[in-house]
Amino acid sequence: MAEQLMKYSEAVKKFDPVIGLETHVELSTNTKLFCPAPISFGAEPNTELTPVSLGLPGSLPVINEAAVDYAIKLGLALHCQINEWSQFSRKNYFYPDMPRDYQISQYDKPTNGEGYLDVELEDGTVFRVPIERAHIEDDAGKNTHVGGADGRIEGADHSLVDYNRAGVPLIEIVTKPIEGAGDRAPEIAGAYMRAIRDIVRALNISHARMEQGNMRADVNVSLRRDPSDPFGTRSETKNVNSFRGIERTIQYEIRRQAAILDKGGEILQETRHWDEASQATAGGRVKSDADDYRYFPDPDLVMLHITPEHVDEIRKQMPEMPRERRNRLKGEWNFSDIEMRDVVNADALDLIEETVKLGATPAGAKKWWLGELSREANAKGVALEELDITPQAVADVERLIADGKLNDKLAKQTVAFVLKGEGTPEQIVEAHGFKVVSDNGALQAAVQEALDANPDVVEKLKGGNMKPMGAIIGAVMRATKGQADAKAVTKIVMEKIKG
Amino acid sequence: MTDTTELVKLSAVQMAEKLRAKEITSRDLVSAQLDVIDAAEPSIKAFLTVSGEAALEQADAFDNLSDSEKAELPELAGVPIAIKDMIVTKGIQTTAASRILEGWIPPYDATVIEKLKAAHMPLLGKTNLDEFAQGSSTEHSAYQNTSNPWDVERVPGGSGGGSAAAVSSFEAPLALGTDTGGSIRQPGALTGTVGVKPTYGGVSRFGAIAMASSLDQIGPVTRTVLDSALLQEIIGGHDKRDSTSIPEGPRPMVAAAREGQRRDLKGLKVGLVKELNGEGFQPGVEARFHEAVDMLTAMGAEVVEVSCPNFKYSLGAYYIIMPSEVSSNLARYDGMRYGLRVMPPEDVAQTAANMMAYTREAGFGDEVKRRIILGTYALSAGYYDAWYGSAQKVRTLIINDFKKAFEQADVLVSPTSPTTAFKFGEKMDDPLAMYMNDIATIPANLAGVPAMSIPAGLSDDGLPVGFQFIAPQQRDEVMYKPAAALEAALEESWGAPIWSSLKTPWLDGLNK
Repeated sequence: MAEQLMKYSEAVKKFDPVIGLETHVELSTNTKLFCPAPISFGAEPNTELTPVSLGLPGSLPVINEAAVDYAIKLGLALHCQINEWSQFSRKNYFYPDMPRDYQISQYDKPTNGEGYLDVELEDGTVFRVPIERAHIEDDAGKNTHVGGADGRIEGADHSLVDYNRAGVPLIEIVTKPIEGAGDRAPEIAGAYMRAIRDIVRALNISHARMEQGNMRADVNVSLRRDPSDPFGTRSETKNVNSFRGIERTIQYEIRRQAAILDKGGEILQETRHWDEASQATAGGRVKSDADDYRYFPDPDLVMLHITPEHVDEIRKQMPEMPRERRNRLKGEWNFSDIEMRDVVNADALDLIEETVKLGATPAGAKKWWLGELSREANAKGVALEELDITPQAVADVERLIADGKLNDKLAKQTVAFVLKGEGTPEQIVEAHGFKVVSDNGALQAAVQEALDANPDVVEKLKGGNMKPMGAIIGAVMRATKGQADAKAVTKIVMEKIKG
Repeated sequence: MTDTTELVKLSAVQMAEKLRAKEITSRDLVSAQLDVIDAAEPSIKAFLTVSGEAALEQADAFDNLSDSEKAELPELAGVPIAIKDMIVTKGIQTTAASRILEGWIPPYDATVIEKLKAAHMPLLGKTNLDEFAQGSSTEHSAYQNTSNPWDVERVPGGSGGGSAAAVSSFEAPLALGTDTGGSIRQPGALTGTVGVKPTYGGVSRFGAIAMASSLDQIGPVTRTVLDSALLQEIIGGHDKRDSTSIPEGPRPMVAAAREGQRRDLKGLKVGLVKELNGEGFQPGVEARFHEAVDMLTAMGAEVVEVSCPNFKYSLGAYYIIMPSEVSSNLARYDGMRYGLRVMPPEDVAQTAANMMAYTREAGFGDEVKRRIILGTYALSAGYYDAWYGSAQKVRTLIINDFKKAFEQADVLVSPTSPTTAFKFGEKMDDPLAMYMNDIATIPANLAGVPAMSIPAGLSDDGLPVGFQFIAPQQRDEVMYKPAAALEAALEESWGAPIWSSLKTPWLDGLNK
């Protein structure tokens, strides 16, 4: 059963991988692509319907102009040629989840033509992914197979169909064959998908949640001995819906195909699927030239006319793209490449930006979101933004520290209470009586006491060795029940030693 | 109160006048029509469903309106109408005369039905047709054969044979049809009624069951030209639910028809299409056609011959484009969501794909299957350019032919159908002979231009002959004027409307 795999490092030494990605992005319009049925996640099955989304006899599609504008935005972000005239075509095939038994898609006249996307890899290298097209189409309904193992159709007793999703607008972004990726093919695919996710979020045109199926990709992989050879036969792994899955699919397919080709075997042109449990792709339907969707222009829909003026209008409304924004913020915040990558990987960019806007220093904001709060989110298994703390609260804590009203220790306690829902930082400071001891007399006395108790430390400090300073601060903290300001303590110690 | 037989022989305009004069009520009209339907149906079989009770309720609703409310309504308010069963009616079974939709009760109304309801026009019921409007004799209905009221041994034409026969037999003063290649006009010609195919996009297709979407149009079926004009103004106009709908209101057709009744055609240039008469046309049809052309001349029109050389390819192009669209439009009838479902026999795998196959095998008739197969083939990879691509090019050539012809003439004329009504079964085994019926009507569908058929008298065999007018795109009113003029001139020459010579045994004994 288990397939022969070649070691990855050996596979990419012997073969040149070529990959291609077809990414489906579900648009977050209020209504469907061709009728006014509402769209919401998790609605009761078969409640978000009109005669059009059920394909009832006599019903006709009418284009949702908001969806077209969303598509133009994405086209601009991907540097695509926005075609002045585009057309919807019917893709004919029978399937229970297709209300009309044809999908309305775009064929030879897509709205968005050729373009590209520059993606940044871990080490800062920029790789240009060539885009073939980004066209508009409607989604099918959803089948649920009941009675078989794992919800698969094989062995199922019966199936249920939910047409709520039927007619939801999709954009399919099709890359050209991505060549020259070499051993970094999986990484490039992952970075590309994350970049698409960031772009559609920045454009606010999709919820872009892979786990909810808002984004999914068909992953094409083929191998050839040498970059000068023609493309090899490809496999197409359908509907992969996680970044890791996409990377692993490519890795797996490279290893699987390399093992076959190395033995003189032939790659079957087929559709496969990624199985998360076994971390492997499994064979599906053998594709052949016999697959014939009998595309023809949909006579129910007139051609889409997108004037250059309209494109200009949309261009003016385009927000800053994620990569440009990252570079700008990196400069403004004076972060290193590594610091910035940590921020991005922690999904903390928006939160830090907001916190800084509310008055915190970039370093201070980063310290909280990537430190305490990331640990808390990890422990709870939630996203950073789902924690019960706002950028406002973090900025408030930072302000209290700057004002000398909180020290690090008290600040951590305050944040912990905010997370428990006890109120704003000010309210918590008030309620718990947190107070940094800045009364000079009390602090002077406590420091003197600590110095007297540690003459060896005093000697070292006098000799210029600052390492034992912590011991004095610790002693003062204990004496003041944590309410001393460490900076103030250090200052007094230095004065006393010099004095 | 007027006698039933007298009442039902009135034109819709005359009925409306009596309503306004309070001589009759809408309920009187509907009751009279229902009586005629009861009496005529055993021999005519025009209706698949009669919605009598709902029609009476709609009539009462109209009758209960105040005079000022009635004054706001279109002229034909309160006059009942029959609907081809290709148009979706909320709560009334809609079958397209196919087994595959047997029992389907639509949850919504077509736009034209909404407009008729808003105009307070009671719906008498749903009329028979060739299954999914595919045929020229109504013999391809899965339910029944409809008889031609002029000779019950003969077909009423098709696909809208039910609507044409209902209007011709006085079961209804008005009806709606759908015309994809002549399905309103050819039955009009064969039953001595008026049938209009409006400009493509002039009447919303929302709720018209699709046969070939780029060709389908809903249009009026009536006994007079003026009734058609009034009806088309009610059902026409822009509809945002149909993207192919023209974003403008209906043309001034009623005014044009009323002007035509004055029978002055001075300044009008009439183009006689060389390719649409002569060879292949029945001598009696040719004779009535040329007599009518002479009448147009007598009323002051200038008649010129125009040539449309590419019309000879229109039948071929039509029989590629139409089945291609049919093959896709009819895919949705798969047993999954509505209509017929046939499960495979026990020894066959009980899969969705097999259920779809058995359902479609049982639910579709031969002609529908023939066209689905033709269209599937024409759209296949490797054949698309040769078939569908070439046919679309022919379509462009035909549009250009019309453009040139309309540079020489305001309106074009031809016989509507090459023959008068034929006998049941006569062409059922010869699809090509059946397809030839539409030779003169198809070009207007391919080009999207408006066209209408009006009765031009009886051929030597005593059966009605149709006379076709074709106007430029979005200029529907241009054909209404000469059509009304010719109708008036012909009526004067006959001394009475054409239907006065129709024998109506089903009306005997109705005036108790």
